[in-house]
Amino acid sequence: MAYKLVSADGPQSVPALLHRNAKQFANAPAYREKEFGIWQSWTWSQTRDEVEALALGLLELGAKEGDFIAIIGRNRPYLYWAMMAAEMVGAVPVPLYQDANAEEMAYVLDHCGARFVIAGDQEQVDKVLEVEDQLTQFERIIYLDPRGLRKYDHSALDQYTAVQEMGRKARDKQIKELEARQAKLNYDSTGVMLYTSGTTGKPKGVVLSNRNIIETAKSSSEFDGLRQTDDILAYLPMAWVGDFIFSVGQALWTGFCTNCPESADTMHVDLREIGPTYYFAPPRVFETQLTSVMIRMEDASRFKKWLFDRFMKVARKVGPSILDGKPVGLMDRLKYGLGELMIYGPLKNTLGLSRVRVGYTAGEAIGPEIFDFYRSLGINLKQLYGQTEATVFITAQPDGEVRSDTVGVTCPGVELRIADNGEVFYRSPGVFVEYYKNPESTADTKDAEGWVATGDAGFIEESTGHLRIIDRAKDVGKMADGSLFAPKYVENKLKFFPNILEAVVFGNGRSECTAFINIDLTAVGNWAERNNIGYASYQELARHPQVMDQIQSHVEEVNASIAEDEMLSGCQVHRFVVLHKELDADDGELTRTRKVRRKVIGEKFEDIINALYDGSPSVSTVTEVTYEDGRKGSIAATLEVRDAKVFADNRKKAAA
Amino acid sequence: MKDQADGYVTADGRQIGPVVMEMKNITLRFGGVEAIKDISLDIREGEIRAIIGPNGAGKSSMLNVISGFYVPQDGEVWYKGARRAPMKPFQVAQQGIARTFQNIALFEGMSVLDNVMTGRLTHMETGLFWQSLWKGKAEREETANREVAEKIIDFLEIQAIRKTPVSRLSYGLKKRVELARALAAEPSILLLDEPMAGMNVEEKEDMSRFILDVNDEFGTTIVLIEHDMGVVMDLSDRVVVMDYGKKIGDGTPHDVRNNQDVIDAYLGVAHDD
Repeated sequence: MAYKLVSADGPQSVPALLHRNAKQFANAPAYREKEFGIWQSWTWSQTRDEVEALALGLLELGAKEGDFIAIIGRNRPYLYWAMMAAEMVGAVPVPLYQDANAEEMAYVLDHCGARFVIAGDQEQVDKVLEVEDQLTQFERIIYLDPRGLRKYDHSALDQYTAVQEMGRKARDKQIKELEARQAKLNYDSTGVMLYTSGTTGKPKGVVLSNRNIIETAKSSSEFDGLRQTDDILAYLPMAWVGDFIFSVGQALWTGFCTNCPESADTMHVDLREIGPTYYFAPPRVFETQLTSVMIRMEDASRFKKWLFDRFMKVARKVGPSILDGKPVGLMDRLKYGLGELMIYGPLKNTLGLSRVRVGYTAGEAIGPEIFDFYRSLGINLKQLYGQTEATVFITAQPDGEVRSDTVGVTCPGVELRIADNGEVFYRSPGVFVEYYKNPESTADTKDAEGWVATGDAGFIEESTGHLRIIDRAKDVGKMADGSLFAPKYVENKLKFFPNILEAVVFGNGRSECTAFINIDLTAVGNWAERNNIGYASYQELARHPQVMDQIQSHVEEVNASIAEDEMLSGCQVHRFVVLHKELDADDGELTRTRKVRRKVIGEKFEDIINALYDGSPSVSTVTEVTYEDGRKGSIAATLEVRDAKVFADNRKKAAA
Repeated sequence: MKDQADGYVTADGRQIGPVVMEMKNITLRFGGVEAIKDISLDIREGEIRAIIGPNGAGKSSMLNVISGFYVPQDGEVWYKGARRAPMKPFQVAQQGIARTFQNIALFEGMSVLDNVMTGRLTHMETGLFWQSLWKGKAEREETANREVAEKIIDFLEIQAIRKTPVSRLSYGLKKRVELARALAAEPSILLLDEPMAGMNVEEKEDMSRFILDVNDEFGTTIVLIEHDMGVVMDLSDRVVVMDYGKKIGDGTPHDVRNNQDVIDAYLGVAHDD
């Protein structure tokens, strides 16, 4: 190839990295996807050819430099290629959340002014067509899966393969132009734009440059010693910065292989078949997996259950130490070895985690029991702290220094500063360029010296240098008596109980804390089944007196543990209700990444909050719900308000 | 519009071809019981044709006559321009008409994939000997057939249960697997006997979507029996209404809905005989 895109300092853009890999790792697998029951794979050189064909096709369709090209669909190699092809023609790829509804999609598509949309299937095409009238710059849709689209009006619709075909035919005509456009790309040109899910207000478009992507990919790959022979499973939303960095950034930098599952339903089977060596999952995934393992063990024969319990005890005792390379007695090592043979090995294989060398979790706090369970099995699960604006990495746990309550030390090249109010600030080569068309927010978040406010409150542990995050800075408030109020800290402690799926704690400016609780239907439902408790719906199970008793005991346990913390002992939960519906992103109560929207919840359930504070024993309420197809309905319920035991405030005692 | 012998194009842009099967004055008796009394109807290529009627009206019998499994005592069946003579069961299977059953008839102990593969049986040419040796042609043939089966599994979105034994599936999924097996035979006419019976609303919507997609993507002619009127009226191009073995209506969903005999049959009016 006649490309001269790699400067003396190494590849300066995503396409440049692709060309490098096509040469350097020509016949190594780059992308795999299970389709028709078989893992189809593409080498790096094939990938380059596919991407190039699409890029040439985009040129034929009139894609200009600086255009925005939206990409919507589940994780598929073709859509990753679409992002690279967009960059090749000098356009900016904008991956969108595939489960966003048409209205949410309309806002983003119009905000960036996308001229082209590359959509996975009919569902996504329909959504775009539905809001087409609201979009001013939109021109064409390119779709991947032709199913159901045959009879659509094709005047502004093209099939992906047809565009590639068009590109291959026009190669002679357009290749010079394509090369020229790629030659213009450098560290400062935009590599991708990702919309943040927006815990508050409308989503913001985070512009990341090639510098952000490549520098981050480089330093993080070195930090964890990622190899060209590694395998990852790409199953998290393509619009999320993590997936972009893992499946595009790091994949291109180290040349490892990205594997796409057959469908969302087959994720676990595919995970087992691929056995990734580098794996990321949000705490929720680990939690669900652990719950299902525990439920299945409950149903296993007594001998198997005995064996499992016995060896898990051994694993809990010495597993993490063995993983960290700390000295462990010979007898324990032998027992652990036997356990590996009989329990841990087969279990890891079932979970699809046999080969994991580097595993990460982030996004939310992970329960210590869950975290320790995986580590004791010998899976190197670690935590990292990051955000879209930092191109993921701010801090991460190095091998051998892993704990469930910190998020690790600063990543290479990152500087950290804690403001007086406890808010964490950072500066790094990964710091985003700007929020697109939103200079005010950019200025609010990033100062002139490049320091970025995370919006999270935390502190650095002096003994270890590890960062600990307590809560969102704006959520950290003061109780009426002036003591610290950190709702998320309490919520996380509550959510570590398998029976509790979601919790929302109130108390800012008040004298006591109270909480909303969502039960976990899988865990509680299973318990109900084993104890012969009949129920017809979530609502009925949620208000069962025995379930209420269990939740109450969990709340009291949490209160006991909070009472020991000198800074936060005022945050004990005095009263709580178990909500009659699950908090849902479709109702706007959670973000698409399942973070609690406090303001929305506070307004929507005002009557219940009032009942929590005015001492009434129960509250009747009617709540509007939105179904998946957009229709609305309502749920009426009477909720019991329970008091929970609180514990003496240690801090006051010490003072007295 | 429908008088054109060569076919026509529907409002939603589907091409409906000429008549592919014609039943002329069919009468079917079981001993003294007349299940079908002197019925004539035609099926056009590429259309979705529904047969409706109260319980015991003779709908399933009609489906069995269409498939060639029952041979009527009187009347003629014309298929692809020739009069069809009584057939042996294997000939029935080979003529390109596949079906699903009212009471699911899958191999419960076998996986979904194996069940779908049985639908490819009529497309296998190698005999028992070569298949047990598993060399050369037999191996290639299985690969090709597996490919067809996998495309259908992909089409009906049942990848996640590919290797699950059928006995562990829900009723709705079993119905879908049965459809997959019927499709695996690559039929030109697909007979569906109450494909949506016992399903919840969501499963019905899925199944309707799949039926439309099958008709659309593969151009398969579909004859279906169904009780859910909403589904029938939405899906089908033409509807035949039966009552007590007789045909009491035939036409577009709109015509049928306004036919007085049909309304009487469904609302219940005293019968003459």
